Amino acid sequence: MASTSIVEIENMTFKRGERTIYNNVSFQIPRGKVTAIMGPSGIGKTTLLRLIGGQLRPDSGTICFEGQNIPELARSELYKVRHKMSMLFQSGALFTDMTVFDNVAFPIREHTKLPKEIIRTMVLMKLEAVGLRGAKDLMPSELSGGMARRAALARAIALDPELILYDEPFAGQDPISMGVIVRLIQSLNQALGLTSVVVSHDVQEVMSIADYIYVIANQQVIGQGTPEELRQQESPLVQQFLQGQADGPVPFHYPAAEYSSELLEYARS
Amino acid sequence: MISFFQKVGANSLDNLGSVGRATFMLIGALVSKPTPIKSFPLLMKQIYMVGFLSLIIVVVSGLFIGMVLGLQGYTILVDFGAESSLGPLVALSLLRELGPVVTGLLFAGRAGSALTAEIGLMKATEQLSSLEMMAIDPLKRIIAPRFWAGVISMPLLATIFSAVGIIGGYLVGVKWLGVDDGSFWSIMQAAVDLEDIWNGLIKSIVFALVVTWIALYKGYDSIPTSEGISRATTETVVHSSLAILGFDFVLTAIMFGA
Repeated sequence: MASTSIVEIENMTFKRGERTIYNNVSFQIPRGKVTAIMGPSGIGKTTLLRLIGGQLRPDSGTICFEGQNIPELARSELYKVRHKMSMLFQSGALFTDMTVFDNVAFPIREHTKLPKEIIRTMVLMKLEAVGLRGAKDLMPSELSGGMARRAALARAIALDPELILYDEPFAGQDPISMGVIVRLIQSLNQALGLTSVVVSHDVQEVMSIADYIYVIANQQVIGQGTPEELRQQESPLVQQFLQGQADGPVPFHYPAAEYSSELLEYARS
Repeated sequence: MISFFQKVGANSLDNLGSVGRATFMLIGALVSKPTPIKSFPLLMKQIYMVGFLSLIIVVVSGLFIGMVLGLQGYTILVDFGAESSLGPLVALSLLRELGPVVTGLLFAGRAGSALTAEIGLMKATEQLSSLEMMAIDPLKRIIAPRFWAGVISMPLLATIFSAVGIIGGYLVGVKWLGVDDGSFWSIMQAAVDLEDIWNGLIKSIVFALVVTWIALYKGYDSIPTSEGISRATTETVVHSSLAILGFDFVLTAIMFGA
């Protein structure tokens, strides 16, 4: 098992203040595959990526990346590990004071001493892969939302990472750029032989690209499997999520006092 | 009554906590082996953003404050027939007090608020996080060059402010109101010690440290929402202005008192 999974999370508990986000969860992310993590918004899917990336530390448990326990690494070791992973942020997080070209070149310039021409070639190759070679001289503010995310993707793969973490890659995209990004995630995963972790709640898109899916809710993994397996599962919570029903195990109403008594409160007093 | 003490206590703990976090931020940013080849262009860019772009407001304010000093000083001194002392009056008030203090206040408003907003927005748009994930320390990459740029720029701006102010006082006093040209400069030269210039410079360095530190910390520690950033920006201006005035009194007491 150890050789086939790139990230292994075991008995991990994470609390934010008093609130428990994850309660003793364990799962593996297989190498070379597209793994999706789904769940309703606000349950800490992005938090999970930050935990894997070492930006947050769990309260207990281990998060191993290629056998190294991320939370226990010293800063310099963590930075070394981060050379092998990269993250696509929801907002793209392009540096607004640089052109698209410089944005993609940034990690290469920071971490290598390659000559200018090679960096130029590398950047153009990455931009070509996401279809933005023509936009290399534009500033991030001149890009549409979908283009910005593709440019950020080019930057994320600039140093050929082994693991790429996608934070809500489909959120707020029109159908066309959604399709483009779905195709890109898939083709990059195959062409570059990397491992992708996609955090999302767009059921259709995720089902179409993921090799393996974890559904998270109530601080736990509530369902897992290949897309087909997941469709067969009987858990009402998983089915509510997959089919987008408004009410079910995840209630429509925020916890509140009883409706009639709250309405009558005035009348009584 | 108890709740009052509770509030005071909680507030002091909060403030102590942020002093600690600010100190950690600064240590994290500044303590490292120097990498001049990479840092120099970053520093130059920030000196341009923080220093050069504040130049116009500093020069214009300096000119007007110098001219007002010349005018006000003349109307009082002329009653005693002492208008030839206008030179030292203008020069000393600028070099000792107004140069560093007013430049500090302008710098807090112009550059400090911009730094806070910039870093707050970088935080909100996940740029700082993405640097982290690229294995680049945002403290060294973003905070450190801005800090040094502020510390280098502000004393220079304060010096320029005083120089332009003296020219303003000269224009009004000598060219307009007819104070004697020779005595304006020669009495000024006799009255101003090198110590006055040094003391003004030390003040402006202290203010620069304080303002830049506050501005960077407020941005770095801001809550990454539109409301959080606007509050952080306001706090930068308010806190740095108060800090400047407070430190000015302390420094003046040390330098000139007793």
